[in-house]
Amino acid sequence: MKKNLLALLSILMIASFAIVACGGAATEAPAMTEAPAATEAPAATEAPAAADKVEVFSWWTGGGEAAGLAAMQTVFSAAYPNIEFINAAVAGGAGTNARAVLATRLQAGDPPDSWQGHAGQELIGTYVAGGQIEPLNDLYAAEGWLDVMPKTLIPLISNDGNIYSVPVNIHRANVLWYNPSVLSANGVEVPTTMDEWFAAMDTLKAAGVQPLALGEQWTKMHLMETVLLGTLGADAYNGLWDGTTDWASPEVKAALDNYAKVLTYANSDSSSLSWQDAAQLVINGDAAFNVMGDWAEGYFRELGKTPKTDYGWAPTPGSSGVFQFLSDSFVLAVGAPHPDGAMAWLKIAGSKEGQEAFNPVKGSICARTDCDKSLFGEYLQSAMDDWSSNVVVGSLTHGVVANDSWKTEIDTALGLFIADGNVDGFQAALVAACASSGPCK
Amino acid sequence: MFRDKDRFLNILLISPSILAILIFVYAFIGWSVRVSLSKWKGLTADYTWNGIKNYLDLFADPRFHVDIRNTLIFTGVFVFGSILLGFTLAVMLDQGLKGEGFFRSLFLFPMAISYIVTGVVWRWLMNPAAGSRTSGLNLLFTNMGLDSLVNKWHTTPTWGIAAIALAAIWQMSGYTMALYLAGLRAIPEDLKEAARIDGASEVQIYRHIMLPLLSPVTLSALIILGHMSLKVFDLIVAVAGKQLPLDVPAIYMWQITFDGLFYGRGAAVGILLLISIAVLIIPYIRYTLKTEAEQ
Amino acid sequence: MKTRLRLGKYWLYIPLVFMTVFYLLPLYIMIITGFKSFAEIDLKTMWNLPQGIAFDNYIEAFSKLAPSLWNSFAMVIPAALISSALGSLNGFVLAKWKFRGADVVFPIILFGMFIPYQSILIPLVQFMNLVGIKGLPGLALAHIIYGIPITTLTFRNYYASLPQELLEAAKIDGADMLGIYRYILLPISMPSFVVVLIWQFTSAWNDFLFAVVLTGNRDWPITVALNNMAGSQIISWNVQMAGSLLAALPTLLVYIFLGRYFLRGLLAGSLKG
Repeated sequence: MKKNLLALLSILMIASFAIVACGGAATEAPAMTEAPAATEAPAATEAPAAADKVEVFSWWTGGGEAAGLAAMQTVFSAAYPNIEFINAAVAGGAGTNARAVLATRLQAGDPPDSWQGHAGQELIGTYVAGGQIEPLNDLYAAEGWLDVMPKTLIPLISNDGNIYSVPVNIHRANVLWYNPSVLSANGVEVPTTMDEWFAAMDTLKAAGVQPLALGEQWTKMHLMETVLLGTLGADAYNGLWDGTTDWASPEVKAALDNYAKVLTYANSDSSSLSWQDAAQLVINGDAAFNVMGDWAEGYFRELGKTPKTDYGWAPTPGSSGVFQFLSDSFVLAVGAPHPDGAMAWLKIAGSKEGQEAFNPVKGSICARTDCDKSLFGEYLQSAMDDWSSNVVVGSLTHGVVANDSWKTEIDTALGLFIADGNVDGFQAALVAACASSGPCK
Repeated sequence: MFRDKDRFLNILLISPSILAILIFVYAFIGWSVRVSLSKWKGLTADYTWNGIKNYLDLFADPRFHVDIRNTLIFTGVFVFGSILLGFTLAVMLDQGLKGEGFFRSLFLFPMAISYIVTGVVWRWLMNPAAGSRTSGLNLLFTNMGLDSLVNKWHTTPTWGIAAIALAAIWQMSGYTMALYLAGLRAIPEDLKEAARIDGASEVQIYRHIMLPLLSPVTLSALIILGHMSLKVFDLIVAVAGKQLPLDVPAIYMWQITFDGLFYGRGAAVGILLLISIAVLIIPYIRYTLKTEAEQ
Repeated sequence: MKTRLRLGKYWLYIPLVFMTVFYLLPLYIMIITGFKSFAEIDLKTMWNLPQGIAFDNYIEAFSKLAPSLWNSFAMVIPAALISSALGSLNGFVLAKWKFRGADVVFPIILFGMFIPYQSILIPLVQFMNLVGIKGLPGLALAHIIYGIPITTLTFRNYYASLPQELLEAAKIDGADMLGIYRYILLPISMPSFVVVLIWQFTSAWNDFLFAVVLTGNRDWPITVALNNMAGSQIISWNVQMAGSLLAALPTLLVYIFLGRYFLRGLLAGSLKG
């Protein structure tokens, strides 16, 4: 028996060397010979020899995102049957793994043709500053996109007059979700200002109801940006990010005090809950309010809940008439291996057809303002109205207003603040963060 | 007594490994050291000399202080817990009980499951909510009347990281058991017999004969578990997300490098981790080698 | 030859069963969640049994994981075997055939274990591109090399614990170095091979970080596929748990199969005395 095992081991060893050796030789040719099972995906192997390709990198690998991407890919393949679509999606908590892979590939000089990024400073501060993506002004002009995207959006995705990405979808960050029956049972109206919100939460607290459901740290940053917006108003909020609002000002202090006060209404186990867990507290009637982006609506629907009866929504207190957005967008790589394929992909990503295929499935609205409303559900229709009529401001947590370095420093400051509760220290850290990575000097 | 052929042969046998390690470990560490001394921030490589500023910034960073504290607590609880539990399980399974194979596979199984999911299960199990929303282990304890065991798990101030170490013990104690079991199986039976004839009790045999003989295994276990605990990353992120009270250097390094693009500072965290490991491990290895040589 | 406790050994089942519960609790949650529907997942009812037994989640997970299964095997088996074999040879040379400098070489190799992989991703990818080893072979190579420290450590320490007389006798009989390894040490190395192969198989099988940067979407191993199942803002934990259990099955089979050789090790140990 022992001998048999040894023999087995040696055979396996030799076989392994062979596999590695053969594999090494095989990879010199561009075709991967060792992926027999992967051809389940729409077999593009039959494509004519002269066919072009496009490798699109994203973090949409599951759920509505992946389904939406597949729908958009169908539109793409119908329009460009000769271009093979290579879906290089890598998942990872809000794209963190994906971003590390992308950064590594870019540094190794091996960029995908086009990749996903949050529209705004996340792209500009990272890839424009790094010289990794091309301006797309000509594409915008040729496709007439400047006329169908909101005027206030364009500056947020531009740098020095150049537009660098094609937004595919829009999510709204400043949404206050509530449980209608919990509110009515306690005689509470939907609040529209910070003070009304505090009063409402006091009433709920007195009645023994958990006023606010909150989750792990990034949801706290999400809450913070909506409180900053609700307290400061849209103009001063925008000023935080372009350097015209002083982070050390008493107004910012007041906003941070508000934030600290809001936190006192939250569940004590917040750090152990994901955003899904926190949103579920509202649905179950265990909490009254939750502040989360409007992907929460997709989750409620997935749970089989009915809008307006099981959950209600409103702009976060103090932000009526303001649409705090985030957007997934695609870029064109500098030195893209397949520039024609990449341009074709971007045309689809910005087209009415492409966006109408993607967004109803993903549960977001089109970046364009001319999509067919009847394709969308009740909540999304209301969001579409707001998107085309409201003042548009960007989200911090989701990459629009601050570059990655700045956001990471804010995140660290926030973490320390949650641990020690010191508002003055928090404000000082935010001032320092703006000076080190933001526009403040 | 070493024949020339043998001397040549043993160098030949070991040199491919050494060469590979020199490139894949030391050359890459060299690169990291260089980056840690640079101003590199952003996606474009920037090797502008920055001296030791990245290191000084880290020492002044309150977040890094939290990281060090958390690492110490986590390592202590995780390494000690896994070794204690692993050794105990190995001794129990060494008694030739029926069903040994079943228990062995069962105790090892947690190691096979991806952190993405075990992290979430532990997050659910260690839910600290109270009152009507009590769930997870707390709910179980309450229902069993063990109210004194109900606690706030990883949301406990300062010591919360120890709760994560519990999940890590669950995952890795089986492997520690396997290490000890392999060691126990290598010890000749007649050693135990001789001690028994001398009137030693079973506990004494394990304490005074087996344990000292197993010290090389304990060294392996310490090093394997220690290196895991210093690099722990996925598990914490899966249980608790990236949040400061449970921050550790590996998370800080990841976040500062790939989220924040502070490549220089990220590399500095990596190098500091390495140095601290070296300071802890090298004297221990030297001591062990010396003791072995004396025997 | 079996050990007999004078007290009788059956009381040992009490702590063992207690530990079994500790190990099974999280598994229980994973298994029942794997059978639940999306709407049934709720912290409050996490202990409850699913409302029905449906294999939909497992089928869905399997269909997503299956294409990557072969990639994982093609990468993990060579990686585990080669690095174990190298570790065994290194351990032998370092423990029993000490040359000048062996005590320096050992820590040098060992130290490779502590390198935080996140910080060397960029040079790793650059190096692999430079030498032109891409895809699965590159990934296997990375696992082999970064596995060397731990396999060397395990074998060296195991061989170091063996009595020197074993080798002396063989040397007197005229065996050369390879002969000693082949006929004396290798036969009694099975428990250590088991431990090392389990480690290497598990860590290469479960590795995500190297896989995701060293391989392209055609040759992603199963962990990348598993991770990609969670790539949504709304995560279906039921399917994810089902997928994780499926992805862990090959490793479990390795434990069960290799576990038998622990007993072999017992035999070898008793023969030796």
